Amino acid sequence: MSTQVTTGLQVRKSVELTIDGKKVTAPEGSTLLDACRASGKEIPTLCFGDTITPKNACRVCMVELEGSRTLVPSCSRKVEAGMVVKTDTDRTSHSRKLVLELLGSSVDLSLTKNVSKWNENYDAKPSRFGAPSYHHSKRDEAVTGHHHPPDGQTAETVHQPVKIDNALYVRDYSKCILCYQCVDACGEQWQNTFAITTAGRGFDARISTEFAVDLTDSACVYCGNCIQVCPTGALMFTSEYEMREAGTWREEEQTQTDTICPYCGVGCSLTLHVQDNTIVKVTSPSDHSVTHGNLCIKGRFGFQHVQNTKPE
Amino acid sequence: MDLKIASGTANTEERAAVDSLLGAPSETSHGAQRDEMGMRVSTGGESLRQLRHLLLPTLHSVNDRVGYISRGAINYISQRLDIAPAEIYGVATFYALFDTNERPARQVHVCVDLACRAASGCTEETLPEGAIASPCLGTCERAPSVLVIETGVTVRQEVLAPATKSQIAELVAGKSAPTEQEISHAAPQTPDQSLVLLSRIGNTNPLSIDDYISSNGYSALRKAFTIGAEQVIAEVTASGLVGRGGAAFPTGRKWAAVASQPVKTRYLICNADESEPGTFKDRVLLEGDPFALVEAMTIAAFATGSQHGYIYLRGEYPRALKNLTNAIELARNKKYLGDNILDSGFNFDITIFRGAGAYICGEETAIFNSIEGFRGEPRNKPPFPVEVGLFGKPTVVNNVETLLNVLPIINNTGEKYASWGSTGSKGKKLFCVSGAVNKPGVYEVTFGVTLRELINLAGGLKSGSTMQAVLLGGAAGGFVGPEDLDLELTLEAARAAGTTLGSGVVMVLDQTVDMFDQLQRIAAFFRDESCGQCVPCRVGTVRQQEALARLVKSNGTDSAALDLQLLRDLGQVMRDASICGLGQTAHNAIDSALTRLKVFSA
Repeated sequence: MSTQVTTGLQVRKSVELTIDGKKVTAPEGSTLLDACRASGKEIPTLCFGDTITPKNACRVCMVELEGSRTLVPSCSRKVEAGMVVKTDTDRTSHSRKLVLELLGSSVDLSLTKNVSKWNENYDAKPSRFGAPSYHHSKRDEAVTGHHHPPDGQTAETVHQPVKIDNALYVRDYSKCILCYQCVDACGEQWQNTFAITTAGRGFDARISTEFAVDLTDSACVYCGNCIQVCPTGALMFTSEYEMREAGTWREEEQTQTDTICPYCGVGCSLTLHVQDNTIVKVTSPSDHSVTHGNLCIKGRFGFQHVQNTKPE
Repeated sequence: MDLKIASGTANTEERAAVDSLLGAPSETSHGAQRDEMGMRVSTGGESLRQLRHLLLPTLHSVNDRVGYISRGAINYISQRLDIAPAEIYGVATFYALFDTNERPARQVHVCVDLACRAASGCTEETLPEGAIASPCLGTCERAPSVLVIETGVTVRQEVLAPATKSQIAELVAGKSAPTEQEISHAAPQTPDQSLVLLSRIGNTNPLSIDDYISSNGYSALRKAFTIGAEQVIAEVTASGLVGRGGAAFPTGRKWAAVASQPVKTRYLICNADESEPGTFKDRVLLEGDPFALVEAMTIAAFATGSQHGYIYLRGEYPRALKNLTNAIELARNKKYLGDNILDSGFNFDITIFRGAGAYICGEETAIFNSIEGFRGEPRNKPPFPVEVGLFGKPTVVNNVETLLNVLPIINNTGEKYASWGSTGSKGKKLFCVSGAVNKPGVYEVTFGVTLRELINLAGGLKSGSTMQAVLLGGAAGGFVGPEDLDLELTLEAARAAGTTLGSGVVMVLDQTVDMFDQLQRIAAFFRDESCGQCVPCRVGTVRQQEALARLVKSNGTDSAALDLQLLRDLGQVMRDASICGLGQTAHNAIDSALTRLKVFSA
């Protein structure tokens, strides 16, 4: 059943499986998502990021696997020889539609890529759960195991005020889908700073510092690697936030220029996002072998000197 | 780790609570009052991080002594265990028995769950002032139930059930609860030595190992050592025993899978986090026959080659904790635990691990995270626990009742055990009968009795009661109606009838019970207990609760049809796409009320 294929310098076994009735081969250790995408299937993902171990929390990428009682998350399920997978059935469509509706009705997805397209594809109508409620915005004070009973009219949301507690970036958790990527990037997967965690439980689960203290009192080192992995715009450069608030953020006019960070000898790649000849934010390519998208505070935020001009 | 500790210093009490578990810090370690020399060296690091499994016990220690987890306490624990304060905060806020805000030393937790609210009408909204609403406290046979926790140097926990409203108010005011009634009251068939699982309840002092030994105790372990590990697994497989926690997985197959793992470090976990609303059978076993569990765990460990066992005990069971702690200590003293048990060369010991108010921690992989000091969120499967479980090692997780069945299997042979019951359900089963019956309690029956027979065994319906519905299997189970009384209580008959036996809940609801209220409570329960990891469960349980709240108002109108469709849609996504069994079953009871009882009409 299994043959050997050479990928780069490694010799990886490949396994054969069936996707939507067609036999395909995929390298051992790869995921169903890899295999599906390689064979041209379009599967939506929300919490999946290419530099973080999949948490499979959003459940929008579910596919049907023969022999499995439930659907399985394609982003994290590894391929196995002989698997029979279906990516487009009534059950997968229902599941994707409902996940889009559940998130769309509780979270501000206005900056999440592809959502409107997917809503259309899967006929998702988040509004059918009722008008959004913004009553319970003190989410940091939620008591575990207790909740406000529903009023029988509105749909509860994760709405809360934007957290602006430092000069470099803002946290708008009304946009947070709890993908856990920022926690993992801050913690053991990249930065090992552990400034943030998931606190609380259930619908009250939220990304938080200890006791929800300001970032300036937390262990945050402002590497901004959480912003890099955030898929929904909940974490954002202050520069971007202010321009969006002022209505001057025009992403379609921006250019992206790759360069090397000028600060130390590591040589991280920077991508400068420039609008009107001004750097508005800095990212790093997630497929870069040195950074994997990560930077430090200097590379991420220390760009003002480039455009300092003498006062007239 | 380079810890950043913000403001907040532990007070003497908090330090003492932490140190009572971790010992005093060495002069050079973080958290010590270091002098100038001490500041020049630093010890800890990796060796401290190996102690992360002590995080939850340490939080318990502080909560027991001070009543809540302050910033100072978290900062001190952070230094002592080398875990970032944010992570500790994340763990502490996961559990409902902990609070990170200051609160009074005395907390009165009043059960507002299904059996208790049916019995007393006590809901979240009608609690006496100062009382805290609690999910099922596992004393449904004496509903309504109250758990009092008074923190201090020695924490005091008392259970009062049944409790009147005025008694609850007195408890809040500081009055002590009267002594809890004898355990045997919870099992009306006892004392009866002909019973298989309950034979010692009411007959044997649960605090005396000599009594246990003289009532056939440790005969199964001796026999297990004689016949050998492989034969023990063969007997358990032949017995047809399946898990009694609700999932009904064949126990012999699970044991064999662990025993065949190449990795030699293995763990055994007894899942005693009984929190399914309406379930109290494990509590009765833990309180009334704790040595039997210790013996059964020793046999399970011997069969699977596990060196250490954990009992993950729910935090709301004070008497079970006391009796189990005593049993383990006495067993250790008498060399039934520890090195070279009964000169067999087999080494095994047991640690009790207290839960802290989280239904989800009864999910087998959530237990691992909870014990390891992380938030009790379920893990992805595969890999399965038999391969990668606690601390990444092969692990057996068995429910209390499942393990206790091992003793009669080994004493009498698996073949004999398999001769009891039906074709598809072997052996003895405990049912937790509560609600409108004359003698609520735990009942031992052979698989195959009908629902009617079981209810009759429990003294029949109370006079004046007419049956409205029966909840089978708990909040994750389903309702059946009076027309289902001839249902055979076997796994296969329940499945064929589109329902489940789950954890053995049989809650009889009479005409006085408001079904809308029960359904809304079930929805509220799942919302409160969802861990929040996956979208279908985290948001789906909220939308389900909201749709129910609307339906209660709009029942019978056109808009009800829309909400009924919403509920069906939600049920399907939760069942299909949730990570674990909590989300997958969070719609079951509501679904059964819609389809079987037809409580709503569109």
